[in-house]
Amino acid sequence: MDMASARAVLAAEWVKIRTLRSTPVTLLLGVALSAGLGYLLGLSFSAGFSDTAQERPEPAALLFATFYSLTLGQLPLVVFAVLTVGGEYSSGTIHASLTAVPRRGAFYGGKMLAVALTVLGVAVVTVPAAFFAAQAGLGRYGMPPDADGVPQAVLGSCLYLTLICVFAAGVTAMLRSPALSLGVLLPVFFLGSQGLGNVPKVKVVAQYLPDQAGMVIMRLTGPPGDPGFGRPYGPWAGMGILALWAAAALIGGYLMLRRRDA
Amino acid sequence: MLRCRPMLRRLRPGRRSGSPVDFRRREPGTFEDCAGPAPVPSVSRVIDIQNLSKRYGDTVAVDGLSFTVRPGRVTGFLGPNGAGKSTTMRMALGLDHPTGGRVLIDGRRYRELSGPLRRVGAMLETRDVHPGRSAYGHLLWLARSNRIPAARVREVLELVGLEKAARRRVRGFSLGMTQRLGIAAALLGDPPVLLLDEPVNGLDPEGVRWIRNLMRGLAAEGRTVFVSSHLMGEMALTADHLVVIGRGRLLADTSTREFIEANSRSHVRIRTPEPERMRRALTAAGVRVRQAADGTLEAYGTEAAGVGELAAASGLTVHEIATETASLEEAFMRLTGEGANDRTAAPDTADGTDRQEAPDTGGGTNDRTAAPDTGDGAGRRAVRPPSGERRAGRR
Repeated sequence: MDMASARAVLAAEWVKIRTLRSTPVTLLLGVALSAGLGYLLGLSFSAGFSDTAQERPEPAALLFATFYSLTLGQLPLVVFAVLTVGGEYSSGTIHASLTAVPRRGAFYGGKMLAVALTVLGVAVVTVPAAFFAAQAGLGRYGMPPDADGVPQAVLGSCLYLTLICVFAAGVTAMLRSPALSLGVLLPVFFLGSQGLGNVPKVKVVAQYLPDQAGMVIMRLTGPPGDPGFGRPYGPWAGMGILALWAAAALIGGYLMLRRRDA
Repeated sequence: MLRCRPMLRRLRPGRRSGSPVDFRRREPGTFEDCAGPAPVPSVSRVIDIQNLSKRYGDTVAVDGLSFTVRPGRVTGFLGPNGAGKSTTMRMALGLDHPTGGRVLIDGRRYRELSGPLRRVGAMLETRDVHPGRSAYGHLLWLARSNRIPAARVREVLELVGLEKAARRRVRGFSLGMTQRLGIAAALLGDPPVLLLDEPVNGLDPEGVRWIRNLMRGLAAEGRTVFVSSHLMGEMALTADHLVVIGRGRLLADTSTREFIEANSRSHVRIRTPEPERMRRALTAAGVRVRQAADGTLEAYGTEAAGVGELAAASGLTVHEIATETASLEEAFMRLTGEGANDRTAAPDTADGTDRQEAPDTGGGTNDRTAAPDTGDGAGRRAVRPPSGERRAGRR
């Protein structure tokens, strides 16, 4: 396939994304949740630091306070990814899509790239918004953008959001239903990060779940040695694990698309 | 409400400037990437189906189908519901994987076509538009995917009479509007080959006539028009050529006229106060006669004029002489072997025939636009036996 056809497929997928009302709703909700919750969490943590008379809180604690809102803010973005892929099946558009772009790889690649680029674009806005909102909430505890670990965490968050949405999109391509996909994905994200990941016995396995691995870079789950949230891998290794999940989901979704009748 | 638009005039080859072909003929480079293929020699507009099969577990949906759809005419793809029409069309479009055989369009598999919307326009029976998207949005992404200029979207919207509803979300569209949007999508790339799956389903008579005229106009331009239907009457009016399938097998591949001549049986109905004398007179003239349940006579192998002359010569009083044509629907069901159970109760049905005062130019077709869907009820069988043991065998 030549570049021009590839660009055409990507352009078509972008038109699909921007002509649905669910797109602005989910994406704006993602930004608003991340920033709004970031501010509130900043306030709350700031009060906590004052109460415990911590003049200089650990950088990890500040990073946690700053990026914690993304655990909720990521959910509308995941919903966006699921709807963008799953909507093809629930609405029957997949027939028109594969009639227009019969090469499965071209269609699939275009769709996934469109999802990834859209989420990356939104993440580039969301993450700084969440960062500054959280610093405003933290008040005198707030960090400058160039504080230790912050640039890496900001970059990591953008990558994290993109990869987690690609993972969700791949899973949806495998399950071919938005409802089923949300039913599978949301519990993983809620239980994984908020519950199972921190239960000692379950943690052995749960810490390798995609969100758990990817969050190390934001210090939402700890680096090696952290007693409660510690992981046996570092931030970039964690990002690598998430990338593997995303790649596996992508391949699974592609194989399903290739094998099954539309 | 559907309106009947002057489609044909727009689509006639004589008015190329306003025709759907426009965008290919503009100055090169007017659009970012419109170096479309050169006009295609008509010989390549052929849909060639070779030994096509589709099996779902033990169920055979399509069973060794082979036929060729040629350009310049409307080819009706006829069969009861569940005969395998949609499956065949979906395999032609590369949506379903054939278990065996193949479909070639322009000598290539659908998946190998580059810019397929410019080669083949398809309208599937199943819903394929996102309800949350506007008609314009739907056509725009289709256009983008095949590098068709966005201006063409407006053209086809106008062509099908949806320009006013273009920005409305499809969720609120009536069935007729949805069908029109489907037609617009099929025409978007100005394709030389069209595949339409049950395009008149659920339309009111005006919409049916509109689509019929559209298809005939497209075929008259030299395009290949392949249209499926379970309505014999509708296809008799629309199609020049018929491919009939039942239980996934080919039953007939013939011109519509031949099909009608071979399958419709007509007789003359005579209403007279002197049936016994009439019967004797006809029998003496070598005409086969039988008396219907309502006391009227049915004369076979003759024509109304002959019966009238005979009656006059014999000095018989006659109240009515009418030519009746056995409905094509019946012939169709006989052929496909789907109607047997339904019709056994009324062997000499007056209701199963179509009364006409004079033989119609249509050669005895059923001229009801919203023809009764005979396929329903008779043909809705999701699961068929693996082999069509009741094959009518007209190859």
